[in-house]
Amino acid sequence: MNGFDALYSKAEERIRILSELPSTKNKTIEKLLEEKGVQRRDFMKWAASITAMLALPSQFTPLFADVAKLADRLPLIWLHMAECTGCSESLIRSDAPTVDSLIFEHISLEYHETLMAAAGWQAEEILDGAMHKYKGKYILLVEGGVPTAMDGQYLTLGPQAKTGLSVVTEAAKDAAAIFSIGTCSSFGGIQAAAPNPTGAKGVDKVVKQPVINVPGCPPSAKNIVGTLMHFLLFGTLPALDRYSRPKWAYGNRIHDLCERRGHFDAGEFVESFGDEGAKAGWCLYKQGCKGPYTFNNCSIERFNQHTHWPVGAGHGCMGCSEPDFWDTMGPLEQPLDSHLVMGLNSTVDKVGTTLVTATVIGIGAHAVASLFMNKKEG
Amino acid sequence: MANKRVVIDPITRIEGHLRVEVEVDENNVVQKAYSSSTLWRGIELILKGRDPRDAGLMAQRICGVCTYSHYRAGVEAVEDALGVEPPYNAKLVRSILNESLYMHDHIVHFYHLHGLDWVDVVSALSADPKKASELAFKYSDLPISTGTAELMAVQQRVKGFVEKGQLGPFANAYWGNKTYKFSPEQNLIALSHYLKALEVQRTAAQMFAIFGAKQPHPQSLVVGGITSVMDVLSPARLSEWLTKYKIVKDFIDRAYYADIVMAAEAFGTEESVLGGLGVKNFLSGESMMLNRTENLFESGYIKDGDLSKVYDIDESLIDEDVTHAWYEGEKPLKPYDGETVPNYTGFVDGDTVNGKAKILDEKAKYSWVKAPRYDKEAFEVGPLSNLLVNYARGNEKVIKAVGDFLERTGLPVGALFTTLGRTAARMLQVKLISDNAIITFNSLVENIKTDQSTYTKFEIDPNKEYKGRFIGEVPRGTLSHWVRIKNGLIENYQAVVPTTWNAGPIDANGVVGPYEASLVGLKLEDPKKPLEVLRIIHSFDPCMACSVHVMDMKGTEISEFKVSVADGGACSV
Repeated sequence: MNGFDALYSKAEERIRILSELPSTKNKTIEKLLEEKGVQRRDFMKWAASITAMLALPSQFTPLFADVAKLADRLPLIWLHMAECTGCSESLIRSDAPTVDSLIFEHISLEYHETLMAAAGWQAEEILDGAMHKYKGKYILLVEGGVPTAMDGQYLTLGPQAKTGLSVVTEAAKDAAAIFSIGTCSSFGGIQAAAPNPTGAKGVDKVVKQPVINVPGCPPSAKNIVGTLMHFLLFGTLPALDRYSRPKWAYGNRIHDLCERRGHFDAGEFVESFGDEGAKAGWCLYKQGCKGPYTFNNCSIERFNQHTHWPVGAGHGCMGCSEPDFWDTMGPLEQPLDSHLVMGLNSTVDKVGTTLVTATVIGIGAHAVASLFMNKKEG
Repeated sequence: MANKRVVIDPITRIEGHLRVEVEVDENNVVQKAYSSSTLWRGIELILKGRDPRDAGLMAQRICGVCTYSHYRAGVEAVEDALGVEPPYNAKLVRSILNESLYMHDHIVHFYHLHGLDWVDVVSALSADPKKASELAFKYSDLPISTGTAELMAVQQRVKGFVEKGQLGPFANAYWGNKTYKFSPEQNLIALSHYLKALEVQRTAAQMFAIFGAKQPHPQSLVVGGITSVMDVLSPARLSEWLTKYKIVKDFIDRAYYADIVMAAEAFGTEESVLGGLGVKNFLSGESMMLNRTENLFESGYIKDGDLSKVYDIDESLIDEDVTHAWYEGEKPLKPYDGETVPNYTGFVDGDTVNGKAKILDEKAKYSWVKAPRYDKEAFEVGPLSNLLVNYARGNEKVIKAVGDFLERTGLPVGALFTTLGRTAARMLQVKLISDNAIITFNSLVENIKTDQSTYTKFEIDPNKEYKGRFIGEVPRGTLSHWVRIKNGLIENYQAVVPTTWNAGPIDANGVVGPYEASLVGLKLEDPKKPLEVLRIIHSFDPCMACSVHVMDMKGTEISEFKVSVADGGACSV
């Protein structure tokens, strides 16, 4: 396993440490799997798929299976800030493999306002209790941007009307790890779009602790679960890109693995929604697809158990896992003039990788070529 | 003896951030109630100055639960402004998406958000699975997920959590409250359906994603039509939808319907769910296109619970009041009268049954939600309003569905005007939708044989000014979006959403909105465990992010419509 030996022993050590921690649940995952009618073979398949998704050698598969069994050692607290609950909704859609949701059930989900039965004082008690009881051990997941203007009072929570800002900074202090689930908690999101009336910010801008961003509007359940699994196994942050996104999920551009890429290369573009090219599944670049500038795995993972995804449904990618995309990628159904005409250096600076430079030249060339090829349209 | 204050914050199992406070007398009967949203985001202000084609995708981020509703509303408001008529196929696909959305949304609402107000999880553990399995036949001719073995497995699964005191998301609820009326066996049936519904809702979301790209937050609508033309023209995709549709419809018929019949029986004499309706005016929009000439639901309003008269809506009578909302402006304003800015005044210190807390200052301002009024009166919107208005209109399908249900349960028509009725109406609405969605689908299949167009081209003239709106019915009630376009950009944008109608605070005249009015007179078993309040509030299906995104801007009169797109004043059908 060239180069992976150190990582492998680190993971083994991690499992040893985890297995010595007390379980928060009384039932093993094998038991739960059995009750759900999940075969061990399917479970191993799931572990293999996680291993592949994280781009690790297959030798890691049994480790993921092992660590999944230890998942209940980690209590989770999920906080809602300024948000639309779309990320939570995305998570409850997760089922393929069915083990994903089971893992979530098996993990000790201590606090989640959308799903929990308790309300009011009892809900706050759970939150305080969990933060105290699992001090330094819980994983904090945050959905939604954090309003910071007016001392954070655009959002208050609980009987004592604490600001969202104070709740999240408090919860961050004793968290073992912090994940920003979705574009709002990662980068501020829709409410942070200009003119950002409430001063909404990503969690990493308001807490001192390191934060892993899992952006997307919403992010796929795969990316959420995969990020958790990585933490469970290695106990460290995964390799992150410049926006603190796990590279295994956000390392490729939508464009790189797009099913319509062949049409891009062939200069076959949808010229108008509903035209013959649209019916034939041609490239959506000219309809404003932001796939070339967007780092995510939608083209592989898709949504709703691989049912579909925006480009497949004939609408371009809108760049929803990129910082400030509402402001930088619009109009969403129009190609970005700026990316075609701006200097290459600023493009690199803005988009964040040299790979894009080549693509931009490529797109420019294609767009020009396509103009000649479709004179009647021009 | 002075009233005691009960504070519930957060109200969980809803979308968004909601606080409810009630004042109870010495007998624990609610005298006054206040509802407050505690988050403001300002999305409409953000929409200003953007490309009108972006309106739908951005507005959609108002809410991820009734996702799609605001997407479609944004797209169709812009179409209305530009005078763009999408092709028939596109309209049908949008209707199919709406039907699929309802089928998903109402199942999730009843089972995962509202269900735990009716179902005592702990009680289900003492049930006899065999008895429960037999009992299920009483409520459905062909029950689902209620075989003895299945029920035993459900019990075992939950038992472990309870014994260990490790209830996870089920922890710290009001289990054991005396107003839980299901028998252990009935609780077990419903709990099994709760778990089954987790699976079914995934199928419902897939069904939606076939033409919608993903769920939540679809991405296949554009101004002028839809983009999922490949899916529309694919026999494989069409049949995939049909298969999933049948699975979900099956669950609605055999589980959801049955559970509401069961609830009607068990809770038929439980006082705390037989009130909960203080505002007896109901408003509804038009929705669910079935074919070129027919919609499943029509629009209108009724007053004082009088089903013998139904009226068309006159938009000019709609007003919005911010006397008690955290915005500037002391009296009810005509929407176009100037600029409004947030004016947050916060909470005050007070005593509650749980000790000291921050409480609402109800004499001043206390919510981010405004108070919409029609002819100075408050109106309820939502599935119950939708059914009542259509019942009064003489809509045959609705009359039959309501009649069948009342006959099956032995309840009088008056039972509809209750918390239980509101919960039943949501089920009946989605039952009607799932029964009729196939008509829309068949209309599409028939039409694509000869017509494959899905998109109408359009241009935005930067030298022209445009204005337009969308008005219709969405899962939580009547929704309208209003847009004005100038220099090719959004000049003004306003959304008037269902939860604003229902959750708004008191207005300047002391008129109380549906949430607050619904709680008055409610007796609490234990003010420290106010389950009864949750049950009533959840029956409205709150969607707080929807209702508080509202941001006022400088109003500009649109003379043609005699309403303003500013200030959220206008909601009409």
